[in-house]
Amino acid sequence: MADIALTPVLTGAEIVPLDRTKRSTKIAKAVSGRRGRSLVWLIAALWTVPTFGLFLSSFRHEQEIKTSGWWNWFTNPSFTLDNYKGVLDNKVGGKPFSAFFWNSVKITVPGAVIPIVVAAFAAYAFSWMKFKGRDAIFVGVVALLVVPLQMCLIPLLKFFNSDFFPDSANGVPAIWLAHSIFAMPLAIFLLKNFIGSLPREVIEAARVDGASHMTIFTRLVLPLSVPALASIGIFQFLWVWNDLLVAKVFGGGAKNQPMTFAMVDMVGSKGNEWQLLTAGAFVMMIVPLIVFLSLQRYFVRGLLAGSVKG
Amino acid sequence: MIDIFKSLLTVALGIGIFLGVLFGLYWLASQLKEPWRDRARVAVFVGPALLLLIGGLIIPSIWTGRLSLYRGTKPDKWYGLGNFRDLFTNTDNLLVLRNTVWWVILVTTFATIIGITIARFADRMRGEPIAKALIFLPTAISLVGAGVIWNFVYATKGNNPDKQYGLLTWLWLKLDPILPGKQEAHYWLQDREFFGIKSSFLPGTNTIFMIIVIIWIQAGFATVVISAAMKGVPDDLVEAAKIDGATDRQAFFRIVLPYVKGTIITVATTTLIAVLKVFDIVQTMGKGGQFETNTLANDMYTKSFPLQQPGYGAALAVILFIAVVPIVIVNAKNQRAMKEGS
Repeated sequence: MADIALTPVLTGAEIVPLDRTKRSTKIAKAVSGRRGRSLVWLIAALWTVPTFGLFLSSFRHEQEIKTSGWWNWFTNPSFTLDNYKGVLDNKVGGKPFSAFFWNSVKITVPGAVIPIVVAAFAAYAFSWMKFKGRDAIFVGVVALLVVPLQMCLIPLLKFFNSDFFPDSANGVPAIWLAHSIFAMPLAIFLLKNFIGSLPREVIEAARVDGASHMTIFTRLVLPLSVPALASIGIFQFLWVWNDLLVAKVFGGGAKNQPMTFAMVDMVGSKGNEWQLLTAGAFVMMIVPLIVFLSLQRYFVRGLLAGSVKG
Repeated sequence: MIDIFKSLLTVALGIGIFLGVLFGLYWLASQLKEPWRDRARVAVFVGPALLLLIGGLIIPSIWTGRLSLYRGTKPDKWYGLGNFRDLFTNTDNLLVLRNTVWWVILVTTFATIIGITIARFADRMRGEPIAKALIFLPTAISLVGAGVIWNFVYATKGNNPDKQYGLLTWLWLKLDPILPGKQEAHYWLQDREFFGIKSSFLPGTNTIFMIIVIIWIQAGFATVVISAAMKGVPDDLVEAAKIDGATDRQAFFRIVLPYVKGTIITVATTTLIAVLKVFDIVQTMGKGGQFETNTLANDMYTKSFPLQQPGYGAALAVILFIAVVPIVIVNAKNQRAMKEGS
């Protein structure tokens, strides 16, 4: 050890072993906290067991689910996909559960894309276009972060039900609009931070070359902003996918409702039919889980960004 | 198949029409003569966002503020501050406040402490990413999904321990020989007493069991954020303290914890705001606020829509707003301070 420490560090190659010794002492230090480590694994196990139990149960036969705990699976394993078949055909409000999956899709995709696009346009304007009161308006937008969406539910619903709002746009488009409204302050704030910090020279050079704002926006700014758009987009996507309140208020009847609604309905009317609930819960969670497992990096970033919202 | 087709068609139509209108407007703006052309283009860029904000947030908020002074189903009867008086005097409404306060205190405290604990002990441990991912996973799941998962844990069926499928009840009955007293099957989510203690200040057992679910969800968020901040603590600082004779524990409480204080405040305030709005869990686990599990945000929904008392619902929204504003300001100031500090 001492030899390495005394060797004059001349090349990059020699820095590596030095570095490594440093890190190994740290690992040794961490290992000494055995009790702390056990605590972490204990919590991790506790945190996983409820989900795991439900997951395992969703593949057991109805009779088994209702008469014995899922932990009996280990001594008496069985496997069936009947629960998934059963729940997809199970009617909620006259529609099969599978239809609610597709409702969730049609609510969520535009419910994430539209607000992000609107916010990106606005963020570009606040960063690179000149107009009167620009900075003051932007401060006003950020201040709206404090408004909880509950403040707007009653008047918005009245508006959607009034003559000023076309009847044909009620239901799903109303949900899109509501989600777009509630996403706006945070999305503009975050995208302005990102788009506003793009190098000024690049944008100005394009201006000098005669590019219009639209060209700069679509050809230059959007491609450069992909990381920010992805993080905020994924966050918004999951937010809408997992939402219950907004859909319940603005969606009208069961026809336009997402899976969260169908699930709550099933819990209320078939609370003991666990062969349906276990499988249904996993159908509902599959999309967020895939997003979480494959895009964890963006997911975390989006979540951190969300921590300023009121 | 028809469902899939309809769904995808709606998605395509929705996004297509939206983009079509947006670019169409820009094209129209470009047909104008200067100086109107430039102004119109700016309007196309910021206009939609401002329209959404003014029409969807500002005007409705003011309107809600006004509604909170009325009663009736319209609501058209002037009631002054009556809704707020009812909120703080009526027993049922006080129950809602009591529950919400306990939700806020317990979830914020425990989620933050668990986050700090895991972040501390998992740091540089073998398998750290896996342990953290497992704890973080519930964050991705919808609150409704979480409600179903935990309904299953809390489920009770008869008194025979071998027939139980709910993990908690099974453990409870199996532990009968060990624990003092007689353990009988218990319907946890219908128990409105605080573990047998009857008090109008304490939350019901059912509320406590719902609070556990949100702690389960929020702890992952706290862990990931605090852990990231702790990794940013300069090693030199900690090592210098150790050379001066500080123990691991002292180094943690005197150096690391103060260093990440700003992040902990962010986590706590964010959790607090999320908890104030708890709705889905009460809908899924408390049958929409029955058995004295009602909370502020849930009551806001119930009173405004199914019960048709928009005046009172608006008053609850105003209370929520008043509660959130100072927290957001603290959070914003704290985040700015952190930015300037780093």
